[in-house]
Amino acid sequence: MKDNQTLSKGQIPCGFDQKAATEKLVEDLLQQSNLSLADMAYVVSTGAGKNSSPYPASEVSMVSADALGANLLFPSARTIIDVGAENSLAVRCNEKGRVIDFAVSDKCAAGSGTFIEAMARALEVKLEEMGPLSMKAKRTIVMDSQCTIFAESEVVSLIHEKASKADIARAIHDSIANRIASLARRVRIQEDVILVGGVALNLGFVNSLRSALGVELLVPREPEFIGALGAALTRPK
Amino acid sequence: MRGKCGTMKEYWRWPEYRHTVPGVEWTKAEIVSGGVDVGAVSSKAALIVDGRLFAYSIARTGSSSPDSANKVMDWALEGTGMKLSDIQYVVGTGYGRVNVPFAKKTVTEISCHARGANYIWGSTVRTILDMGGQDCKAIRCDQNGKVTAFLMNDRCAAGTGRGVEVIADLMSVPIEEIGPTSLNVEKDPEPISTTCAVFAKSAAIALLRKGWSKEMVLAAYCSAMASRVAELLKRIGIERDFVITGGISKNIGIVKRLEYTIGIKALPAKNEFDPAIAGAIGAGLFAQDLYGKEHAESFH
Repeated sequence: MKDNQTLSKGQIPCGFDQKAATEKLVEDLLQQSNLSLADMAYVVSTGAGKNSSPYPASEVSMVSADALGANLLFPSARTIIDVGAENSLAVRCNEKGRVIDFAVSDKCAAGSGTFIEAMARALEVKLEEMGPLSMKAKRTIVMDSQCTIFAESEVVSLIHEKASKADIARAIHDSIANRIASLARRVRIQEDVILVGGVALNLGFVNSLRSALGVELLVPREPEFIGALGAALTRPK
Repeated sequence: MRGKCGTMKEYWRWPEYRHTVPGVEWTKAEIVSGGVDVGAVSSKAALIVDGRLFAYSIARTGSSSPDSANKVMDWALEGTGMKLSDIQYVVGTGYGRVNVPFAKKTVTEISCHARGANYIWGSTVRTILDMGGQDCKAIRCDQNGKVTAFLMNDRCAAGTGRGVEVIADLMSVPIEEIGPTSLNVEKDPEPISTTCAVFAKSAAIALLRKGWSKEMVLAAYCSAMASRVAELLKRIGIERDFVITGGISKNIGIVKRLEYTIGIKALPAKNEFDPAIAGAIGAGLFAQDLYGKEHAESFH
């Protein structure tokens, strides 16, 4: 990033060796922009693996990074909801992107993208098809289980009961949306509300969360990059 | 996928078996009763002859509760000379209790576990921890095995048998060896920071990545489970004697750490009684009471 303008960005699966994956990604990005690591004034890491970053000099919490990143794209952002693979968080911030309050859920898979992934496996549907499929739902089904492990069995029973895959997909999104909504309410929601993180790419989930919260949600074009953007905007002390 | 691939080793699979208690004669008995406990993961049947345990069986619950109930009952009867028609009264309990075709009544598994524990360990039992396949219950009872209070976690697979099965598969350690393997460490590591059965998988992978041994990872996992279950017990309050029922009572790695955390030892399991069948025994004893009651009423 140069003067608040993004020069290049990319993503890579963490794999077994997170450090090596990160190094490779940064190398590729530098090459794309004809830069070297020495040209960087600072490199700031964030996310669950920030402690094992190959650039340990400075790091920032996901909470602060999300607030800063969202603030750059949407200066009107006051609440940010981030739903990632293994955790989700809600942040309330001021007009400068400073954090006022936040809530995190990282103890239970039922509140994160992992839940939808596991359910997609049980439903034998590709993850990226889950959203479009759930938009075709005709009937509301309420899921009983919260736990991902138990919900897998519930999805299998629903299939046996001949519920349509579309209706089950909607039930799955409604179920996780309700949990994310209660997390978000803990920080007292203030508009505008920005939804970020990889799960924001799933339109079915966005719809369910919008109904659960009863507010409009703004989703950036590439919601999975907001944390990285916020980290790039962080000035190390 | 579990169970679909015949060539893959199924580390989660626990032994199914039946047992006849020696020295109990049923042909001249006054009342023969039965209890069937259709759990979320395992089904158990117990045959009671004049208030004494006569035979039992334990098998995995299939996709249909009635089929599982029939199967486990047939198996308990196998080789005893007794037929289903010889049993005067059957009570169903457990998660699938309403689907036991030959049961006259149902009783909750909480009442049944208390009653069964009272039978197995005697009237001094006051606190029962039932660690089952898909839930975990802390039960307080009086000297007659009557429930006075209980707490239950049935919302989360952590701290249940399903959670242990997931870990057994992930670590490629047969489920019965999880406990002993986890004790094979010099010093207990910090518990895994998450008890979520799904996240425990990534937490365990992260630890293996750091170079931890299988033993250390399992120790960290068993500690986390023990402290989670201990919270449930502390909320209800533990009074002696304390016993553990359900399948996880056989996991020494979790039981030892739990006893250490709460500072109270559980009464040891009795040879003749698998602690997993406490619920089925309780159901069988309730069946005997109910038969007696109906019989007495018919004389009025």
